[in-house]
Amino acid sequence: MRFDSALGLESRKGPLAIAGKTLIYGLMVVVFTGPLVALLMSSFSKTLDPTSFSLWPDEFTLDNFVQAGEKNVYLYLLNSFVVVGFGLLLQMLVSVFAAYALARKRFRGMTFVMLLMLATMMLPEEIIAIPLSLVLADMPLLNLNLIGTYAGMILPVGAWGFSILVMTEFMKEVPVELEEAARIDGAGELRIFATIIVPLCRPALGVIGVFGFTMIWDQYLLPLIVAPASDMWTLPIALRSLRSDEEVGIGVLLAASLLALLPSIIAFLAFQRQFMRGLTSGAVKG
Amino acid sequence: MTSTLTPARSSAAPPHRRTRSVRWRGPVVAWLFLAPALVLFLYFKFIPMFVGLWKSLFKVQTFLGDEWVGLQNYQTIISDDEFASAIWHSVVLALGTTVGSIVLGLGLALLIEGPARYLWFVRTAAFLPVVTTMAAVAEVWRIMFHPADSGMLNIIIGWAGIGPQPWLASEDSSLWSIMIMSIWRGTPYDMMIFLAGLVGVNRTLYEAAAVDGATTWRRLRHITLPALRPVFWILFTLAAIRGLRVFVEVYVLTNGGPNGSSEVLMTLIYKLGFQKNELGVASAGGIVLFAATLALTVVVQMLRRRQTT
Repeated sequence: MRFDSALGLESRKGPLAIAGKTLIYGLMVVVFTGPLVALLMSSFSKTLDPTSFSLWPDEFTLDNFVQAGEKNVYLYLLNSFVVVGFGLLLQMLVSVFAAYALARKRFRGMTFVMLLMLATMMLPEEIIAIPLSLVLADMPLLNLNLIGTYAGMILPVGAWGFSILVMTEFMKEVPVELEEAARIDGAGELRIFATIIVPLCRPALGVIGVFGFTMIWDQYLLPLIVAPASDMWTLPIALRSLRSDEEVGIGVLLAASLLALLPSIIAFLAFQRQFMRGLTSGAVKG
Repeated sequence: MTSTLTPARSSAAPPHRRTRSVRWRGPVVAWLFLAPALVLFLYFKFIPMFVGLWKSLFKVQTFLGDEWVGLQNYQTIISDDEFASAIWHSVVLALGTTVGSIVLGLGLALLIEGPARYLWFVRTAAFLPVVTTMAAVAEVWRIMFHPADSGMLNIIIGWAGIGPQPWLASEDSSLWSIMIMSIWRGTPYDMMIFLAGLVGVNRTLYEAAAVDGATTWRRLRHITLPALRPVFWILFTLAAIRGLRVFVEVYVLTNGGPNGSSEVLMTLIYKLGFQKNELGVASAGGIVLFAATLALTVVVQMLRRRQTT
């Protein structure tokens, strides 16, 4: 008898056991993916009574996606991509730079900086939503108003404690000898950073990339307080208006919801290994 | 905690001679590399935190100027029935979601533990709710919760012979309905963390238990669960931080209704701040939420210390 798992279910091969396992696993898949499959099927269906879903496409059609265009859904989608594109780029750059300092340098005040990073992770962003809107409307010292600008949605997600910590943990693993050798060869700080440390951290870049993507894509309160006019809405916050609009059938809402879901699902499926890695390292260490 | 914060490198760094210029250059370079992160944190985390604390002591008025009111905003919160019930709803929702997700997550993790290929498929499929966009998923559930006979969930429970439920439309069931969706989205996450923990359980203990003739239940009770104790604490800590702050789920599904029956702290704060323009009271609400989160985290950590010693 082998003991690969706590319950040892896998080693049970009787017909009853196999039937039981099939039922359990089948049920799990249905429960957790059912709503998503229903959304996928219904958004391509024609007859849509506003109450119910169909798990099978009913008269396949692209009408919902065509009508979605008339309701500016693709503009919202574009806004979402602009925010996630620039936001992720900024977030990854900031994380890599900060991690380099925290992992490869020793300096006075480092413990304090680490504590600050942890503190930002303990502080849920929802809690500071109201004062953040005041700060965004009148940036201290800069006298800028970021309400109603893309920068207002991008800059606040630029620094993320989770990304920085994951990256720091990874950079500590890079052997010191490589850095020393380059230094003896006369390489400058930026050169060591860009040609030795960062390339060696490519797997971690995947981790913070996929986590950052889903985190920024899922932002709700921030665009809600930053984008008062509908032409700057991101897709998640636009969904609500597509629902309450009387003349819009449920079809457009479903098409838009699908478009809002797909990018993060695709990102997850494409970077699954990195995602799982970040999940366990983040939970166990963070 | 501090031991994890000191970099591993500090002990490994070879003691090589540094010239004077290098000695000051090191820290300056470090701070330069840290600067972007620190500036962004300062502007979008720390300043808002202090602004929130400061404004919570004022009656905030757009054109008339702020008026100092001391702790009156906090008094309003404590004595206000709306706030009391919102806090209660937040606690119930957070607790229910946390316990539900952990129990279900543990059960499912035990069921699908193992290296087989098809289990990997089940895991991936079951994990999808975690990575989905909250707002879109909530819209999907809002449609599934449709209270008429033709609503998807009512059809499904109809197969089991249960009559149609009002779900989000009734004061008695709105909060529970939101909890069902939150558990649906939280369970796969907990399941994955448990699976990661199960990998670390010592296999030889299972074999020893089998030699001793222990039943599956006893093996679970005395080997597996004790080994998973750190995982439980991680999940509780995360839940403590995340639990009380729910916003999007409630905002999309019910917006606090019907008749305030599912109003949570964050939706109430949002309404006060952005719809009624009561920025002072809303800021005080944020501070109360922060204090509650902090207290909960500290309590969980203290219980954890007590458990491990």
